[in-house]
Amino acid sequence: MNFDYNEEQQLLADSVRRFLAKGYDFEARRKIVASKEGWSPAVWSTISEMGLTGLPFSPDYGGFGGGAVDLMGVMEAAGEALLVEPYLATVGLGAQFVSRAGSDAQKKAILPAVVEGKLKMAFAHTEKGARYNLAKVDVQAKRAGAGWEISGEKFVVLGAPVADKFVVSAKTDKGLSLFLVDSKNTKIKPYVTLDKQRAGDVGFSKAQGELIGPEGGALAVIEEVVDFATALICAEAVGAMKFACDTTLEYLKTRKQFGVPIGTFQALQHRIVDMYVSYEQAKSMACLAASKADSPVDAGDRARSISAAKIKIADNCRHISQEAIQLHGGMGMTDEMKVSHSFRRLTMIAQQFGDAEHHLARFARLG
Amino acid sequence: MDLNYSQEESTFRDEVRGWLKANLPQDLRDKIATYDELSREDLLRWHRILAKQGWVAPAWPKEWGGTSWNMVQRYIFEEECGLAGTPPLIPFGLSMCGPVILRFGTDAQKKRFLPRIYQGEDFWCQGYSEPGSGSDLASLKTKAERKGDHYIVNGQKTWTTLGHFADWIFCLVRTDSSLSKRQEGISFLLIDMKTPGITVRPLILMDGGHEVNEVFFDDVKVPVENLVFEEGKGWTVAKYLLGHERMNTGRIGTSKRELAKLKEFAGRQKGDDGRPLFADARFRDKLTRVEVELMALEITNLRFLDQMRRSGQPPGADVSMLKIKGTEIQQALTELSMQAADSSAQEEFTGLAKRYCNFRKTTIYAGSNEIQRNIISKMTLGL
Repeated sequence: MNFDYNEEQQLLADSVRRFLAKGYDFEARRKIVASKEGWSPAVWSTISEMGLTGLPFSPDYGGFGGGAVDLMGVMEAAGEALLVEPYLATVGLGAQFVSRAGSDAQKKAILPAVVEGKLKMAFAHTEKGARYNLAKVDVQAKRAGAGWEISGEKFVVLGAPVADKFVVSAKTDKGLSLFLVDSKNTKIKPYVTLDKQRAGDVGFSKAQGELIGPEGGALAVIEEVVDFATALICAEAVGAMKFACDTTLEYLKTRKQFGVPIGTFQALQHRIVDMYVSYEQAKSMACLAASKADSPVDAGDRARSISAAKIKIADNCRHISQEAIQLHGGMGMTDEMKVSHSFRRLTMIAQQFGDAEHHLARFARLG
Repeated sequence: MDLNYSQEESTFRDEVRGWLKANLPQDLRDKIATYDELSREDLLRWHRILAKQGWVAPAWPKEWGGTSWNMVQRYIFEEECGLAGTPPLIPFGLSMCGPVILRFGTDAQKKRFLPRIYQGEDFWCQGYSEPGSGSDLASLKTKAERKGDHYIVNGQKTWTTLGHFADWIFCLVRTDSSLSKRQEGISFLLIDMKTPGITVRPLILMDGGHEVNEVFFDDVKVPVENLVFEEGKGWTVAKYLLGHERMNTGRIGTSKRELAKLKEFAGRQKGDDGRPLFADARFRDKLTRVEVELMALEITNLRFLDQMRRSGQPPGADVSMLKIKGTEIQQALTELSMQAADSSAQEEFTGLAKRYCNFRKTTIYAGSNEIQRNIISKMTLGL
């Protein structure tokens, strides 16, 4: 048993943290968020130079063969810095489908470009009325010559305005399947999410698609990749929670009222202690999620552990983010304070890939 | 990162589990399962079975009977005892007075007391709290005056757990009232409960059980050789003990067993619609949230152990976190168990309700959870 990162993982997490502290401070992030594109090609290119876009892919395609545990430290650092680059959409979602279910030719065509930071991806899956039910898909795919044509609409696709290629879920005669679609064959309605990420609704009208994996057999790989991405945002949440706790602690030590730092008041001391307790409990579950994403006993064991983790993470995201604002007082609500941005990200993570209630139901189903 | 136990650790767990299966007497197992009150004899019987096996004081130095187990092995042992449902090992001798004597005692005190603690020949209790000194322990007033070769002790202790079973009590007493700093002038005394002038009076709690007592001292003569460490330095001893007391404070094994029992019980109980209560979403969600909190606490506990193993540092304020969460979980389990009972489970209800009442103690004793928050606030967060 061992709960530390190995030397490589630690070095990587440290170097990411160093880079983000310097090149991605809150002011730099503010400018990126305010830009038209909402992400930074310069940051993205540094991220891929550091090897982060290649981390979880096979060395056969230029990657480092890592898993969720290897990505944990990176995601924690991203959470602390509130990174808005399309990292999760590309590395944690889109390219994961190619890596896990794609043919050799598809891997060869896509993964090296992802590793080099030249190709950004997104996973177009959620539809209106599906909520968190991964099996509920109405977008249709029909054979057209040697390929496929996809028709229908996907909603709130993370990273959609930035993506070069989409992995799209659609129904064929044989059932739920996955397709690769070029962004130029889609119609995107872009917007900025609550947590300042870029997303969009994506329309497909007889869009040309390429089947990934077995026709009709996509649900298992969708669950696997969404579980993997869930493990990643659990780690990201831990980073954002750490920031929220640390910055609140700092505030309690410096903000004075009644002539003394407000951290001398027991009513506030006990609340921040509970925030740190929540943080440690969340961190434990993020460790569980990552290690079960990498080496589960079976798919049920993976799903059960990751749902358990997401329940805890979702609850503690709410607890910590709300308390951080309360202890900052009105200042915490202002846009100029980073803590209000961590509030927004933690609020979104609590619901991303299923809120606590969704995962409570899934956990119960899994026995 | 590897959340799995090593092959050696798993083998060790199997060994402990197999031994417990073969050596935990059925009548004691049953009493624990039905939450019956344990007698002095029950507690000592289990203590002596473990002593005979050499497992009763794992943390003690080898020469005094310790097992040389590392931190993870000790954790596994405690977890397995919890899972098996063994009677508790009463901590006052083994985990409190013993370590204090080992750290601060004279050779004579070690030879006199440690073997008897180990073998379960002396039953110990703790004399800390007083009617006016609960969380504010340093305000204690029980007085010990030096008269020749003796201290004369006068005063009152309270919440004395199992004082009515005890042969000995270790006490914090005030040997000097003239000092302005309250933590000074306190001493650590070992007192034979048979000494004239000691009266034990039961405090019956709301569950109807007799677990705690008041202990009155009226001109009780205690030989000076029963002083541990220096006169007036009892607070140092008390602080050392606080750090030592709470290694198994999360009670993971016990809570896992209680959770399994609750699941089984909620599977038998029916909801309003006739389906098992366990399948009722409103009930099940509450139960799952406790289950998940317990999963998290187990990993948190192991993470802290892993850190300690690496750093070689004794447990710090982290232990307070385990105490807060561990006791909240224990209480939540008793609450849900009682909630699961209804008119068709009257027999179970009586035991579960008693336990629900009794377990309110967990967030109060051994430093209330609010005191634990004060400790984290001061020691870890620097507030």
